[in-house]
Amino acid sequence: MLEKTGVPAREQVEAVKPTQERLAKGPVAIVECFQEIPCDPCYTACKREAFLPFEDINDLPQTDFEKCNGCGICIGACPGLAIFIVDESYADHEALIMIPWEFLPVPAEGSIVQGLNREGEAVAEVKVKDVRSAGKNKKTSIITLIVPKEFAHDIRSIKV
Amino acid sequence: MDKAEILVIGSGPAGLKAALSAAEQGAEVTLVERDPFLGGQLVKQTHMFFGSKEQYAAERGFKIAEKLSREVEAHPGIRVLCDTTALGYYDDGVVSLEVKGRFATVKPQSLIMATGAQENTLMFPNCDLPGVYGAGAVQTLMNVHGIIPGKRVAMVGAGNIGVIVSYQLLQAGVEVPAIVEALPHIGAYHVHASKVRRMGVPIYTSHTVLSAHGKDSLEKITMVAIDQDRQPVAGTEQELDVDVLCIAVGLTPLTEILFQAGCKMVYIPELGGHVAMRSDTLETSVPNIFVCGDVGGIEEASAAMVEGSIAGLTAARNFGYGKDSYEDQLAAARRELDSLRSGPVGEKIRSGLKRLSSFGEVTQ
Repeated sequence: MLEKTGVPAREQVEAVKPTQERLAKGPVAIVECFQEIPCDPCYTACKREAFLPFEDINDLPQTDFEKCNGCGICIGACPGLAIFIVDESYADHEALIMIPWEFLPVPAEGSIVQGLNREGEAVAEVKVKDVRSAGKNKKTSIITLIVPKEFAHDIRSIKV
Repeated sequence: MDKAEILVIGSGPAGLKAALSAAEQGAEVTLVERDPFLGGQLVKQTHMFFGSKEQYAAERGFKIAEKLSREVEAHPGIRVLCDTTALGYYDDGVVSLEVKGRFATVKPQSLIMATGAQENTLMFPNCDLPGVYGAGAVQTLMNVHGIIPGKRVAMVGAGNIGVIVSYQLLQAGVEVPAIVEALPHIGAYHVHASKVRRMGVPIYTSHTVLSAHGKDSLEKITMVAIDQDRQPVAGTEQELDVDVLCIAVGLTPLTEILFQAGCKMVYIPELGGHVAMRSDTLETSVPNIFVCGDVGGIEEASAAMVEGSIAGLTAARNFGYGKDSYEDQLAAARRELDSLRSGPVGEKIRSGLKRLSSFGEVTQ
């Protein structure tokens, strides 16, 4: 499916998800990188060593979810824009997600935007909680969204 | 006539690295570039690069161009000639140039070819309508000149270039209603494909463009599903209103000068066309002529940079520069190259290089 449409299969997405127990504890990185390509900036970006060392540069990233505190520095380091932070501990019915954003306009904090799934379909209205730069000279923004909890693992983009 | 110790033709990722590597060993380098500025295709690449730190991973292509160009321009051992096109190679080793509109000649002792590649095209009825562009032209318009090519752009080709340029079009506020790919799978890195998909761009694999339509310029295309034998499936035609069709169906190495120089050339489909046979230090069958980057086989910019280093180091070593450190630096570069090519996405280049070496060895 992924290689035909660009949309990862449900099983692929499930396979890289942390346990429900870990998700409930707070923010954590989810790496939706399913193809072995020569690329390792996530590993070198994380100061907490939450990515296991790459034996080969083509290895898929392996996350130690206990070491990851969901800081989000890896979001702006990933050339594939394939890393997202999910925080299910935010509220009873809402979760926070952090996504990379490289388009204009950059949404305003507090604004309401459409949350899009991996196919680009609008699934829910979401609120922009926070917008920050991924780092000096990075040109990628990291956007924190408040999303209905049931869509925390579906919304991966926005329409402003 | 001018003389040069090492002449590098082309200042993309391979040429910039070749010039720097040779000059750092102490060689005198002349670098010629057709465009008014250095960087080749790097200047149009707004996405972050893959690879590892050694190849500037996670930096954007144009930033890498800026960095390497600054280093090249600041290096006392490198003479830079922009607005300069290499025209031909003569039997006596003379290279003819057009330098800012004037004819000139140079006789280098060593030649490093980093000329890159040209785009492949696609034939279909009305493919010559204004509005049908190559992806390189679209990138040049948008990312060099700041001009959008149109309002609604269909992309042909779901390789890295097609998908990356689609993303850049979206960033420029242009609608992309379809990416059309003849193969049954996406050739681009899947993360690139996912990036455009979640912005709502559908990718039609096993589809092709049947024809283009329009009076004075492109107004519409007809696309169609194709079967395993690449034949159109009747009844699957779809019309799409677009004012631009962008073609990104692969690249072919730019090898004319290598042919003129008498280098042994072989047709290797996996490498994109005719390429020069070469030693493991990238020296062709003509001593002191080297290849690096896409001219030797279509590959990623990260690999082109490492090949540039190997060619530059070896060209300099042939004149006695950097003898002490040569073996170590060569070994490090070769390790980088092997690791970039080692995974599943390196399969095509590995099999192409294997086929190339089956035609015989080049030893100097």
